[in-house]
Amino acid sequence: MRSTQDILTILSNSFSPSVLAKTELSKSSTIELLPATLNKVCFFLRDTDTLEYDNLILLTAVDEADGEKVTAEDGSISFNNGTISVYYQLESLKYKHKVNLKVVLDRNNPKISTVSDVWASANWHEREAFDLIGVTFENHPDLRRILMPYDWEAGHPLRKDYKDPEFYQGMKVPY
Amino acid sequence: MGLLDLQLDKENVVVTNLEGLLNWARLNSAWQMGFGLACCAIEMMATSASHYDFDRFGVIPRNSPRQADIIIVSGTVTLKMAIRIKRLYEQMPDPKYVISMGSCSNCGGPYWEHGYHVLKGVDRVVPVDVYVPGCPPRPEALLEGLIKLQEKIRNESLVKKEIA
Repeated sequence: MRSTQDILTILSNSFSPSVLAKTELSKSSTIELLPATLNKVCFFLRDTDTLEYDNLILLTAVDEADGEKVTAEDGSISFNNGTISVYYQLESLKYKHKVNLKVVLDRNNPKISTVSDVWASANWHEREAFDLIGVTFENHPDLRRILMPYDWEAGHPLRKDYKDPEFYQGMKVPY
Repeated sequence: MGLLDLQLDKENVVVTNLEGLLNWARLNSAWQMGFGLACCAIEMMATSASHYDFDRFGVIPRNSPRQADIIIVSGTVTLKMAIRIKRLYEQMPDPKYVISMGSCSNCGGPYWEHGYHVLKGVDRVVPVDVYVPGCPPRPEALLEGLIKLQEKIRNESLVKKEIA
């Protein structure tokens, strides 16, 4: 069993400081990574003998809605800038240790490389994050919507400024 | 020996009208489309099983919409599924009936406000004959829904247009 602090130390020793964002473990138990090198770090975590994170428990995205809030005249809200976070929760079945990872993306253009080549189970998780939050996973083998209809045009429902469309294919959507 | 058999045994003749005969035949052989959506479908399956025995009302699950008389919409109708339900309904031969089972398919149920992917009532895509309330309804409630539908079929007419 390794604590998150141990993992952070291992990562800091193996990668240059430009790979890891500043992480304060006293505030949260999540290691923050930089988007550009996420894929490399994930391969490292999976393939290093003493770590062996072979199981991706969870992959999800959160609209932090931390940008400038704009209220339109009709009462609808929208956000300028802000961030979207993608969270990864990993587990090693051999060593029984877990770790939480996080990357912070630009809300206007959330793009991150896929980890479905590292853990195959990420495939559908990433489709879900794309469908509901609108994160684009680059090099994903099949980035389609998974819950909403394929021809859904009203955006990504779990965005904080999402608005239900009035109609979808002639069917009234709101109650 | 049933009443009908007894009558045939004595006189060998039953007098009725065509309407009555057709309605009697239809309401006692409402073949159901084998189709379930969510937790309501579990109750529907329980209704079909031996304890509640849907078959005693003539309800048999059919695997093709072409052979079905009724469709029981049992569960949450998502927007994606609504299009399929409409197509299945259109594939059924007339006369056809729809039972909407449970809160979700009646009006959206718990998804009525924040269910961005849920159609708020299956009656927005197909005409519903009987609404069965409940979340999910017990098998007894579904049986009562079917009996209500049978009453409706019994009062149908070949010539008279029904006034609601």
